[in-house]
Amino acid sequence: MEREIVLSMSGIDKTFPGVKALSNVDFKLRKGEIHALMGENGAGKSTLIKVLTGVYELESGEIHMDGFDGPIVNHNPKEAQAHGISTVYQEVNLCPNLTVAENLFIGREPRKAGFIDWKKIRSNATSVLRNLDIDVDPDKQLAECSIAIQQMIAIARAVDQECKVLILDEPTSSLDDDEVEKLFDLMRRLRKDGVGIIFVTHFLEQVYAVCDRITVLRNGELVGEYETEKLPRLDLVAKMMGKDFNDLADIKSEHEVVIDDKTPVVIDAKGVGHKGTIRPFDIAIRKGEVIGLTGLLGSGRSELVRAIYGADKADEGELYVNGEKVKINKPLDAMKHGMAYLPEDRKKDGIIADLSVKENIIIALQAQRGMFHLMSKKEMEEAANKYIKLLQIKTASMDTPIKSLSGGNQQKVIIARWLLTNPDYLILDEPTRGIDVGTKTEIQKLVLDLADEGKAVTFISSEIEEMLRTCSRMAVLRDGKKVGELTGSQLNQADIMKTIAGGEAAKEEITIDEEVAENGAAV
Amino acid sequence: MAQQSKTSKWNQIRHAKLFMPIVCLLIVLLLNVIQTPDFFKISMNNGVLYGYLVDIINRGSELVILAVGMTLVTAVSGGQDISVGAVMAVAAAICCQILSGGAVSTNTLAAPIIVAALAGILAAGLCGAFNGFLVAKLNIQPMVATLILFTAGRGIAQLVTKGQITYVRVGSYKVLGGYIGSCPIPTPVFVAILTVIVMQLILKKTALGLYLESVGINGSASRLVGLNSTMLKIIAYIICGLLAGLAGIVASSRIYSADANNIGLNLEMDAILAVALGGNNLGGGKFNLMGSIIGAYTIQALTTSLYAMSVSADQLPVYKAIVVIAIVVLQSPVFQSRISKVTQRKAVGNAA
Repeated sequence: MEREIVLSMSGIDKTFPGVKALSNVDFKLRKGEIHALMGENGAGKSTLIKVLTGVYELESGEIHMDGFDGPIVNHNPKEAQAHGISTVYQEVNLCPNLTVAENLFIGREPRKAGFIDWKKIRSNATSVLRNLDIDVDPDKQLAECSIAIQQMIAIARAVDQECKVLILDEPTSSLDDDEVEKLFDLMRRLRKDGVGIIFVTHFLEQVYAVCDRITVLRNGELVGEYETEKLPRLDLVAKMMGKDFNDLADIKSEHEVVIDDKTPVVIDAKGVGHKGTIRPFDIAIRKGEVIGLTGLLGSGRSELVRAIYGADKADEGELYVNGEKVKINKPLDAMKHGMAYLPEDRKKDGIIADLSVKENIIIALQAQRGMFHLMSKKEMEEAANKYIKLLQIKTASMDTPIKSLSGGNQQKVIIARWLLTNPDYLILDEPTRGIDVGTKTEIQKLVLDLADEGKAVTFISSEIEEMLRTCSRMAVLRDGKKVGELTGSQLNQADIMKTIAGGEAAKEEITIDEEVAENGAAV
Repeated sequence: MAQQSKTSKWNQIRHAKLFMPIVCLLIVLLLNVIQTPDFFKISMNNGVLYGYLVDIINRGSELVILAVGMTLVTAVSGGQDISVGAVMAVAAAICCQILSGGAVSTNTLAAPIIVAALAGILAAGLCGAFNGFLVAKLNIQPMVATLILFTAGRGIAQLVTKGQITYVRVGSYKVLGGYIGSCPIPTPVFVAILTVIVMQLILKKTALGLYLESVGINGSASRLVGLNSTMLKIIAYIICGLLAGLAGIVASSRIYSADANNIGLNLEMDAILAVALGGNNLGGGKFNLMGSIIGAYTIQALTTSLYAMSVSADQLPVYKAIVVIAIVVLQSPVFQSRISKVTQRKAVGNAA
């Protein structure tokens, strides 16, 4: 028997200047169901959500909600809420300096004789939290709660307001595994209560862990709606990318560059360190080599490369580039010695939001040339065109502001920016974070191609699998210190985990018991 | 079909960057057609051009020069330099003091004009460098950093002139604020045009404009692509200071004296307003120099128009404020999107 449909959207269209963001998309959500909305970056997931919640104006198409006659129109998120649609975003939209209880009831405080009834707020908050099994003191200040708890409070606030449809937009991207599990428990509980949940995420495992149904979008069009059980992972990825997809596993095999002791060293750091962020380290990176940096968040991965690049000026040690001793005081010095650095935080340190795609591509080369050597208009356009084509950057034109591109395409623009300077040594810090599977693979392939061309690359990623696919050597960091290097047969999940987890013994063990590790990997 | 292409062309014009600033300028000018019919009359008197329009272009010169510098400072630092009025007075004081050789009033020049003028402009540049240092190196908010010279500047000027108004009663010193020989067009107009041309050339031939925008939009990303944000900010403030100095010399030449209390008084606010009226975001980032210049002339047009309508100088700010509010509302994004919605609906209605 078909369960009751709580929300149905049909024939939704949305056009942005130069881009058709959604065309004729249908979407159905049933009562008590967790429904994943999947698609690559720029597929139209967020646009669809924003049309539903009234952030964007509905262009054409109809939205029907259970309990309302005729189609509904939301002009803003508040109206959407009145129709029973609540949204919890990736970044928690609560007030960190208020208490949990205040956050739950702010804007709809129970009143008594015109004054806020604090007693009632506290007792209501306690019961709301107990009902959802959220273990937190209602008087605690929100800023003191973990991100996961904050997210759950945002959800509690949403479902406490007559919510029939709950939209979770990438809620898990800043949570660790335990926290994700807690969030899933909460989602399952809500499902039992009959709430329809739309779950937007990039993580495939999470979709299979918790979702009943999957709707896939691609290039603003509906690919289809599937039951999770009947759609194997590989098929899902294929549907998202629109092509058969079996090269995800072994893109590395076609790229075998031999790196040995005779290969020239591009970057050689001896005792380089930066007080307070990374303790002195040695690292040598050879031509055509992809070296991965791994470790937990905050272990000093980014700090290590920042010290080499001069983003944080190294306060001790010596750095050699192509055998020549150099002094790097600022990023421009590093660039002049053939380095390029794609920073971890794309929004904060990468894109220059209001500038066009073209300007964002040429800015590094232009900075390197200096103020008085302005690139000609023709040269800029040729460079922009070349890389838009080469990296298949999806943009209306080269004069579109970069901020209106999707995350993956923004990242490609930043990569283009650095490729244009033709560096010998390329640092990529989390180049694939928050990016869809398709672009991820493209970037991984690109990294290997660049290494084949003879560039030295440092690749940082939180996903070990991704690093195993691209790196020929890995350095492990822990607590602001480089604790080991792994090569060849040591490059497997188990050994990497062991080194990350630590104990000085682990490092010893790995270097000595190489054979054991090899056997382990074989098994 | 023809109808459609017409509307699309209209839309193209309407969304051009300079559309609103120009419309505002025209509105201010057109107000005069009703109130002062002979507003647009230009005549020759004693061999020079006379008329309200000439007056606007002439009197607006200092403001245009200031607006150019203010635009750059705004773009790169997301803040404004409120000391430019006071810096004008400093430049004027130093220039006149050198010319008079320390006397209160002089009929002969103690030094070549060019030397004195350059000294004044250079001092103004130093003021700009000081502002830039505070903003870029010490990370003080522009408004607060420039507040120092805003209050101290006129004091410095008074110190230089020993608390008196220094007069330079020499014909050649009046040229910059008056007329060159028998040329019927006032000299300040040429100075303003020259300033704009030079700045446009700099922006076209060097990467300064792109650098300033980039730093103004995202300082930390700009640093990582190799830009020196600190240096760029200081450069912008120095340029702003130098231009304020130039404006100060022009203003001083008009009255052949250095009046430390009144030269450039309240002009910094007009300069900031000019930048805003030009459609520039006062929060920094992308900028439009021509917009600021049109904005500057709009403000001067407004002042002159109100004088033409015989509004007294004391009441002037009230009327000015009303018109400025109207213009700012006209240009605001909220109002703009309302308007485009209304026109869209009309277009749909016509089609049906």
